[in-house]
Amino acid sequence: MAKESNEYVRQVANEQYKYGFTTDVHTEIIERGLNEDVVRLISAKKEEPEWLLDFRLKAYRHWTTMKQPEWGHLDMPDIDYQAISYYADPTRRASSDGKPKEIDPELVKTFDKLGIPLEERMALSGTAVDAVMDSVSVKTTHQKLLQEKGIIFCSISEAVKQHPDLVRQYLGSVVPYRDNYFAALNSAVFSDGSFVYIPKNTRCPMELSTYFRINARGTGQFERTLIVCDDDSYVSYLEGCTAPMRDENQLHAAIVEIVVMNRAEVKYSTVQNWYPGDKDGKGGVLNLVTKRGHLRGDNSKLSWTQVETGSAITWKYPSCVLSGNDSVAEFYSVAVTNNHQQADTGTKMIHQGKGTRSTIISKGISAGKSQNSYRGLVKIGRKADGARNYSSCDSLLLGSHCGAHTFPYLDVQNSTATVEHEATTSKISEDQLFYCNQRGISTEEAIGLIVNGYAKDVLNKLPMEFAVEAQKLLTVSLEGSVG
Amino acid sequence: MNTSQTYLDLYARYRDQLMSVAPDAMNACRDEAIRTFGHKGLPTLKVEEYKYTDTERAFGGDYHLSVATAKVTASDAPVVVNNDELLTRYYGSCVDMSDPIVALNTAFASECLCIHVGRNQHVERPLEITDVLRAQADTMEHKRILIVLDECASLTILMHYTAADQQHFLTTQVVEVVAGDGAHLDLYEIEETHSLCTRFNTVAVNVGRNATVRHNGITLWGGITRNTITVSLKGEMSEVTLNGCVMADKHQHVDTNTVIRHEVPRCTSHELYKYVVDEQATGAFAGKVYVAPGAQQTQSDEVNQNICIGSESHMYTQPMLEIYADDVKCSHGSTVGKLDETALFYMRQRGIPRPKARQLLIQAFIGQVVDYIPLQPLRERLHIMVERRLGGDLDTCAGCTLCK
Repeated sequence: MAKESNEYVRQVANEQYKYGFTTDVHTEIIERGLNEDVVRLISAKKEEPEWLLDFRLKAYRHWTTMKQPEWGHLDMPDIDYQAISYYADPTRRASSDGKPKEIDPELVKTFDKLGIPLEERMALSGTAVDAVMDSVSVKTTHQKLLQEKGIIFCSISEAVKQHPDLVRQYLGSVVPYRDNYFAALNSAVFSDGSFVYIPKNTRCPMELSTYFRINARGTGQFERTLIVCDDDSYVSYLEGCTAPMRDENQLHAAIVEIVVMNRAEVKYSTVQNWYPGDKDGKGGVLNLVTKRGHLRGDNSKLSWTQVETGSAITWKYPSCVLSGNDSVAEFYSVAVTNNHQQADTGTKMIHQGKGTRSTIISKGISAGKSQNSYRGLVKIGRKADGARNYSSCDSLLLGSHCGAHTFPYLDVQNSTATVEHEATTSKISEDQLFYCNQRGISTEEAIGLIVNGYAKDVLNKLPMEFAVEAQKLLTVSLEGSVG
Repeated sequence: MNTSQTYLDLYARYRDQLMSVAPDAMNACRDEAIRTFGHKGLPTLKVEEYKYTDTERAFGGDYHLSVATAKVTASDAPVVVNNDELLTRYYGSCVDMSDPIVALNTAFASECLCIHVGRNQHVERPLEITDVLRAQADTMEHKRILIVLDECASLTILMHYTAADQQHFLTTQVVEVVAGDGAHLDLYEIEETHSLCTRFNTVAVNVGRNATVRHNGITLWGGITRNTITVSLKGEMSEVTLNGCVMADKHQHVDTNTVIRHEVPRCTSHELYKYVVDEQATGAFAGKVYVAPGAQQTQSDEVNQNICIGSESHMYTQPMLEIYADDVKCSHGSTVGKLDETALFYMRQRGIPRPKARQLLIQAFIGQVVDYIPLQPLRERLHIMVERRLGGDLDTCAGCTLCK
């Protein structure tokens, strides 16, 4: 057994992060550092209107008055905000000054390698993709088909130009720039992300997807996504991400805002696979994001599904504000940490409307020397009569040097509400392993099976293609963690 | 910050008097403690451990300091005031002295009630300590209790807190417990004061090998109550049980904060806390179970169940697990809900009026905590106290002769 487990360790030591390559493409990167001029420069480069520059500057000024939060159960390295370049554009060639019509073939190759089809030839795949590298959206597919239905799906910079009223109406309305330190930073320097608008009575015919890639060295990614789903509409949105292997920590501070109107439904799924750092905990992406959905309409529904396998540090709490009466929110999460990864993730369910319901299912898996925390808040406001919440947080420990923690907060201010929370922490039982071994399944495979079974509740909520990918990812992330 | 300053000034004024009456072991920590308090001040709502209790409000009143000088020695009970040998050895050894409220208590405490049970000794009959607050003006008290059980000793102790006069009382109390190897301790605390009382109680327990410790805290009546219970399991194969129930109405505020630290392998812990909050009352519960690296084969379960009855009642709950070892079985569950309407309907169908039906349901809900008390006479007495509390027979202490 000991010999066997050593072998696994060696295997994983040789195992490379699959997406760790870099693309050699000319990238225009602005000077490192952050000040008002940089904010103005980013805004100018994106040819933004005055109001947006104002928004950025207000956010920047507020950010300078704030301090980085320290309450997370994380050992965060010092981040030198002046050592990062806040804008990197791989699509701009040195010679031309406009956005080139033809995409650099290197970029197409990169996304092909990542399995993201930028060519319409993959129309059959049934997914529209917005591909973002560093600070710029490379291409958004299937736009025509979507336009016929009145659906807007484009990069946020394009949306600012094409649909300024919509963007202005909703930007910062769910996550204001004063919300927290990283939200203020993002609001000041945000670059590309996706903008989705689903008009009334429309069911989006395909899955919408954004793929984020950090490529350039010494930069961070500060994307901003805004999804608005109007009355009686439906959309399913997927997000994927990867980054090259680097010795340094790279910063990723994103904001996702979702607005859900009357009887609308939004399904948001993420498979987060940023570079997690090497086996000694060197490098990796610092994933510090603010994601929030506002269920404004009655009978609206929002569901977050996340599979977190990457990043050196994850600080992420996709939340829901349930304002509309009888609205429904769901949060399904699998967070896997291995080696020296640290995750402090969970959700907030803020019940304001009558008869609102929320469900939280969180599965944490820790291996190696990692730390995995669930942190969640369920708040039932005074007016949320008959609100209902059910939370279940399970942690699985693989290895005696890792940690699994649960920090739930339940604040109930209404006597008609019903709130339930349960959590368990345990390791895979010897009996289960023995049972599998007996039947000729190796320990490694057995662990894979048990973990996948354990995470099934969440994986089942993912769209088909994603579920397959996530399942593979789980197995790969945990390879060699037995012993 | 101003309230903190009041206490610093008060200390400057009373330092010499405190020093002259208290034993050396207590005086030795005094200056250091006030420095800690001066440095940290009263914890604000931003301090995680105190986020549910506004200490500024709780400590804000204008109180007279009571410096106890009486030295009473009990008859055959193992109780003594200021046992120098025990104090030198154990005073301040269990409790977290960096906690600002503990520091405040350490600075102002003038005597320490010491309970010592020697090796292999079994105190047959339960020991009851009744604490009656009496004063003609608003008074603050800072109490200290030290309980030491040597190897294989056993003790059952009931601490009953009441108030006889309708004055504002502010009490801070620190109970330090050392349970040696193989020791067995049952510790019950009942609070039955009144709405003008503010109580900050800290119980810190160090548990040796093969020991059993049970704590049961019952809060029936009070103004602002804060109970901090910290248990450190320092020897293998030990078992600890923390139970508690709270009944709160009017503007009562009850905050319980428990931490169980599994520092060694093969220990077991159980926790059960039940709250009933009515009218404008606020209940808060935070329970953390910490499993240190290497503390394998730990088993822990924690249950916190709450019923909100009043439309303006608030309940905050925060069950936490912090685990650094893999071969463990830990769980926690927490619920907040209302009384079951169908059960109420069932009883009313059978001719039980609604208020009575409601009372029966609450009694059954709370009763579970009382049922865990192994000693039958005490269990029965507590059931009666709970019933009396629910029956609206509040605010009087039937047991003592003072009010009669």
